[in-house]
Amino acid sequence: MNGDWSRAARSREGRVARGMIAGGGRIVSRQKIIELLEAVIEPGDRVCIEGNNQKQADFLSKSLAATDPAKVRDLHLVQSVLALPSHVDLIERGQVARIDFSFSGPQAGRLAKLVEGGRIQIGAIHTYLELFGRYFIDLTPQVALIAAQMADAEGNLYTGPNTEDTPAIVEATAFKNGLVIAQVNQIVDKLPRVDIPAGWVNFVVQAPTPHYVEPLFTRDPAQISEIQVLMAMMAIKGIYAEYGITRLNHGIGFDTAAIELLLPTYAAELGLRGKICTHWALNPHPTLIPAIEAGFVKSVHCFGSEVGMEPYVAARPDIFFVGADGSMRSNRAFSQTAGHYACDLFIGSTLQIDLAGNSSTATKGRIAGFGGAPNMGADARGRRHASPAWLKAGSEDARNTGMPRGRKLVVQTVETFREHMEPAFVERLDAWEVGESAGMALPPVMIYGDDVSHIITEEGIANLLLCRTAEEREQAIRGVAGYTQVGLARDRRAVENLRDRGIVRRPEDLGINPRLATRDLLAARSIKDLVRASGGLYDPPKRFRNW
Amino acid sequence: MESLTFEYRGGVPIESPRIPVIAGVVGSGNLEILLEAEGPADHCTIVVVTAAAGFGAIWQAVMDDFVARHKPGGVRLSINDVGATPAVVSLRLEQAWDAFQGGSA
Repeated sequence: MNGDWSRAARSREGRVARGMIAGGGRIVSRQKIIELLEAVIEPGDRVCIEGNNQKQADFLSKSLAATDPAKVRDLHLVQSVLALPSHVDLIERGQVARIDFSFSGPQAGRLAKLVEGGRIQIGAIHTYLELFGRYFIDLTPQVALIAAQMADAEGNLYTGPNTEDTPAIVEATAFKNGLVIAQVNQIVDKLPRVDIPAGWVNFVVQAPTPHYVEPLFTRDPAQISEIQVLMAMMAIKGIYAEYGITRLNHGIGFDTAAIELLLPTYAAELGLRGKICTHWALNPHPTLIPAIEAGFVKSVHCFGSEVGMEPYVAARPDIFFVGADGSMRSNRAFSQTAGHYACDLFIGSTLQIDLAGNSSTATKGRIAGFGGAPNMGADARGRRHASPAWLKAGSEDARNTGMPRGRKLVVQTVETFREHMEPAFVERLDAWEVGESAGMALPPVMIYGDDVSHIITEEGIANLLLCRTAEEREQAIRGVAGYTQVGLARDRRAVENLRDRGIVRRPEDLGINPRLATRDLLAARSIKDLVRASGGLYDPPKRFRNW
Repeated sequence: MESLTFEYRGGVPIESPRIPVIAGVVGSGNLEILLEAEGPADHCTIVVVTAAAGFGAIWQAVMDDFVARHKPGGVRLSINDVGATPAVVSLRLEQAWDAFQGGSA
């Protein structure tokens, strides 16, 4: 042993000293940002460019992709998303050796090409929580490039409603000899509140434009179809009411937006106010406004914020997590944990479901990643606290024999055909091919079949918990797969038998008349209705304003 | 554009003359159905004009189920489809049939 336990600490001191020279101090002018990055990043570094499906450290990302490839190279990117063109530019410029990430969304096609061309090696595609976990084990960043709304002269940061991933990234980096560089929209004398203390931040740069934020969770009610209304009615009456779901998470999309908009109307008519949907792990969905205003909702913790919802959220501190300064604080790591362990139900949509109930959003030529869905849409095997919904689901689960235990409800809601008549039910997921062509250890499955408890389509609900064999499960899935090849190939007698046992339930079995599934049931039928429901507090982005 | 015709026999003749009904609208992802009393008392004729070619087998299955459910006799359905999914087609058929039943002349 040489007794030297501080090499990484000295490396950081060296980087900070070089950075102070290149940047001219802790507060760096934007003209010097490229020099700063070139001075502090070393070849082979693990670098995290902060960004999720909402806010993005876009100025720092663009600046990194403008550094000299001879100086800044062999990087190992460890970050939630590869969503900006500049993320992929950096790879195309040959500056990245390896990536570990969660979600690629808009860059899924470009990424697939780079992987197939051998230009980049993917370590693994993670869930957000999984990647955050690895920040503290074996993927700790040497350099984190983060985004905040404001800094003060000392370098304290205000991340505000869009705090999102920042605490997890900074905690791992700053306390393991890493360097934290923040882009901010504004430098002010006094922050509304301190979200990240200056001692954890090394350099701050004011970006030329405010960091990008995507209004990802805004769904215009005008685009919700009658079929989505029908499936929402089935979810509310056939699942939420029957299990008494009070704690839950909704995936993104029009299917779940329809459920949110039926709470003050259809669910209220069924006498469910106060009995379902009281506590949420959810971004501030504009489509939840009518339910909040109708007194359905008691609490919402958010992964991130949503553009235009800030004034409304700030005015509802009894519902949302709001700081002493009056603005919301989100935190993706905590909200993901809450969604995994503290919720009884997850419901979301997907692109493909196979005969065992496995579902995936990976389609040919696209490496899209997972985001948070697998953590929300998985039974939490480590959960130990009981609730009526969790116990009821556990008692139905045919695999629970001997020791009693509960289980989470994981619901997939899909129309049997998507747009362009793409079937949602398939014999074999595209994920197999995507996994093979990208050299992955496993097919990229979003939610495993054994975690799914129910599938809802326009044809009805399949309860997979009650299935005793793989054959029953397959017929239950075929039994709600409509006119897809998978659905047409059902054994009609077996499906009728499952229907007698309540495993497959049609709308009429639930006392729902599909002809009553009209858009009139939606508590808001346009963005303007949402603004009105919020008392004028919701300020939608321009692209959603059509009046 | 593709035109499909489906013929069924053995239907239950509808009672008394009926007022023709229209359900749905001609719009993307939607369809329009005209349902009227016409033809021999146990026949049902369905003519589909669709913007999406190549889905004849699915139309056949959707229509078979509709006819099996309601056994329409002496009825003609004319459908203008602009890429509706089978879920939407089934819903519109039920709406049209409902209105037709309630609409004795």
